[in-house]
Amino acid sequence: MSAAPVELPRWADVALVPLVSVAAALLVAGLVVVGIGENPLEATALLLRGALGSAEGIGFTLYYATNFIFTGLAVAVAFHAGLFNIGGEGQATVAGIAMAIACLAFPALPGFLAAPVAILAAAAGGAAYAFIPGWLQAKRGSHVVITTIMLNFVAATLIVYLLREIIGKPGSMQPETPNFPAQAILTPMHQWLAPLGIDLPATPLNTAFLLALMALVAVWLLIWRTRLGYAIRTVGANPRAAAYAGISPAAVTMIAMAISGALAGGLAVNEALGVQHRLVLDFTAGYGFVGIAVALMGRGHPAGVGLAALLFGVLYQGGAELSFDKPAITRDMVVVIGGVLVLFAGALDGLFRRLVAGALGMGRTG
Amino acid sequence: MSSAPAIELTGISKRFGPVAANKDVSLSVAAGSIHGIVGENGAGKSTLMSILYGFYEADAGEIKIAGEPRRIRSSADAIAAGIGMVHQHFMLVETLSVVENVVLGAEGGALLKGGVAKARAVLAKLSRDYGLAIDPDAIVGELSVGLQQRVEILKALYRGAEILILDEPTAVLTPAEADQLFALLRALKAQGKTVILITHKLREIMDVTDRVSVMRRGQMVAHVATIETSPPALAEAMVGRRVLLRVEKKPRERGAPVLEAVGLSCRDGRGTETLKDINLTLHEGEIVGIAGVAGNGQSELLEVLAGLIQPSRGVIRLGGQILAAADRHPARLRERGLMHIPEDRHRSGLVTAFSAAENAILGYQHDPALGAGPLLSPARIEAHAREAFAAYDVRPPDPALKTAKFSGGNQQKIVLAREIERGPKVLLVGQPTRGVDIGAIEFIHRRLVALRDSGVAILLVSVELEEVMALSDRIIAMCGGRITGERAAETADERDLGLLMAGVTDEAA
Repeated sequence: MSAAPVELPRWADVALVPLVSVAAALLVAGLVVVGIGENPLEATALLLRGALGSAEGIGFTLYYATNFIFTGLAVAVAFHAGLFNIGGEGQATVAGIAMAIACLAFPALPGFLAAPVAILAAAAGGAAYAFIPGWLQAKRGSHVVITTIMLNFVAATLIVYLLREIIGKPGSMQPETPNFPAQAILTPMHQWLAPLGIDLPATPLNTAFLLALMALVAVWLLIWRTRLGYAIRTVGANPRAAAYAGISPAAVTMIAMAISGALAGGLAVNEALGVQHRLVLDFTAGYGFVGIAVALMGRGHPAGVGLAALLFGVLYQGGAELSFDKPAITRDMVVVIGGVLVLFAGALDGLFRRLVAGALGMGRTG
Repeated sequence: MSSAPAIELTGISKRFGPVAANKDVSLSVAAGSIHGIVGENGAGKSTLMSILYGFYEADAGEIKIAGEPRRIRSSADAIAAGIGMVHQHFMLVETLSVVENVVLGAEGGALLKGGVAKARAVLAKLSRDYGLAIDPDAIVGELSVGLQQRVEILKALYRGAEILILDEPTAVLTPAEADQLFALLRALKAQGKTVILITHKLREIMDVTDRVSVMRRGQMVAHVATIETSPPALAEAMVGRRVLLRVEKKPRERGAPVLEAVGLSCRDGRGTETLKDINLTLHEGEIVGIAGVAGNGQSELLEVLAGLIQPSRGVIRLGGQILAAADRHPARLRERGLMHIPEDRHRSGLVTAFSAAENAILGYQHDPALGAGPLLSPARIEAHAREAFAAYDVRPPDPALKTAKFSGGNQQKIVLAREIERGPKVLLVGQPTRGVDIGAIEFIHRRLVALRDSGVAILLVSVELEEVMALSDRIIAMCGGRITGERAAETADERDLGLLMAGVTDEAA
């Protein structure tokens, strides 16, 4: 018999199953740590202390989480339309290019305009770059999984060319743009809070974190409270029913991809406008791919995406601290832990759903 | 043949959480007989058969096969006990050939060759014994639904099934295919096989079974010999009250024409003409039924009229106005009062993953009453659904419940409520009672007649000829994408319509 999806109460679905998955992943990761001769409890303590034990650690954790929120939401929105957008990397890259061009083309914009223009440019760049696979899917039937991943390579090459030949800093050996105009730069969080008498250590955490939180709310509103969101979910769940309802699956595919790409552009905002203050090569650093795991783990719901992004933020920041304190546990080990997490929370989700259902005494439903 | 019953179930009980799907059910099926089990959707028939086939284990009770107590904990146990099951939704691999499907799960070793050769021989013998003509090398996906079902039966026989369970086998068949199936079941019986037929169609029970058991709300309420009962008696036992099997309908003068199709033709993706020169007029206050064997253009006719596919030639007039290409769009047509109950509610009429309330606005998601501007208000959607569900007796009347959890009849009522409550001028109805239990069929038929009495023009497509004949004022027969004839309902008879459906036109006769 084919495995029918197990029906669980909502609370179990949104909270219990992910928790069990994470616990199992930590268990396996712990075994790996034991395997290399370290104490997993000590490692966990170090990891958590590194990520959450100090204001500085928290700052870094939230900075990483900002990236994951944007890329996770990007995947989640497309997912609701039944599309698997794995082109977050490329879309963020093009978003960064568009933002850099806007910043460098209008160096003298007044302060209240400079940042919004840069952010809108990033969103537009990401949206445009995701619209291409959306259009190809809607009009030509080319599968977005294929086209988005291929366009990642195109974007990676494009940014090299542009940084070398067109928008690169003259005379620099590095593939990078000149610094963005100061009034466009997003304010670091410690500067925000300093006038309120809150003294925080300098971290990369910046205004983009607040934008990410707003994006979480906005995506929730979009998906569950608007007519467009209804159309997106209908197309994702049953394209034939959408056509019957007068919703054009082709139009929704293109719109959903564009929104998804715009959200991926948030990665460029945080990294380039918030932290590095210029466009550098490879600023996407794989965050776009981790976004897939974040969206899967968060079950496509903004609340889940937020929590999953935080978890990955902890893992990134704590992992960095951990590999600093315990040279035996290299950064690669932390990547392994992340991978196990993705495997258990994403791919093996069904396994634990059954287990949880059994534990709740629900049996199989007919 | 042993004298012990082929199957004897005693005191079977099964609970799913708070729901008792089977309560102390006992059943005895004589070897070499065809035994019918009837009951409304959700009466517990499928659960009982799933217990017998090892998908579920009963909480209590005993199973005896040919007199021997058995524990059946998996379908492998069931197959070993000589039980075969033909599911309502086929378990076939469409890209494989017939013989490959038959050996699936019984390949007999790592290499296919031996198993396939053996299966070929067995298939040939089975085909001879039962008149099951089928090409062993045909690709299953290219076979008609009726033939695919034969493959399922062959699969069960190949595994040595002595007892064959068929779950709603005719739900997907044309009347002619159903008759062929029944002939096959009789042949199986003649060879000493035992057949259990689960259905909610009483005509089939009367036609083919020796005994019938009736289930209601998880319990067995009657075991009778088929010749000693009648459809009304069975219906009463199933529903627990008297039901009207005939539709009460008063004659009514039809009004002005509202929907006209002139010279309508249509091609599918491969360029095959699916509709050929259809001329059709629908008047206010009449039900026009389309009679035809499934796949003869009725579905395409509904879809063209509903704006889901575009005609290759011809004109459609709605309310006297010719519809431009831009108007032949589901949303535009709904605005103009043309509503559509699609043939397949799972495929296109509903999003089963959504809540019932969300499905109650499908197609009307732009209604300004549901929220301000681009927003949709969950409170208003829920209030709207609560009202509609009360008016259409949707059970349970819970707008937040996932649509997949409603019974077929109640899902259909959700669609019906959605399309009717907004006051259609024209209603296109496809298979209104497919997979719907008797109580709900009665309700749906009454609603459609009431709608016709209030002046709505209704076009009805159904594979149930009985239903078409009972509801329609006029009957149009279709064959091969063409209209082959028209009859007034009073003068139509089944034989005559059958000829038209087979393509024998008035001119040719």
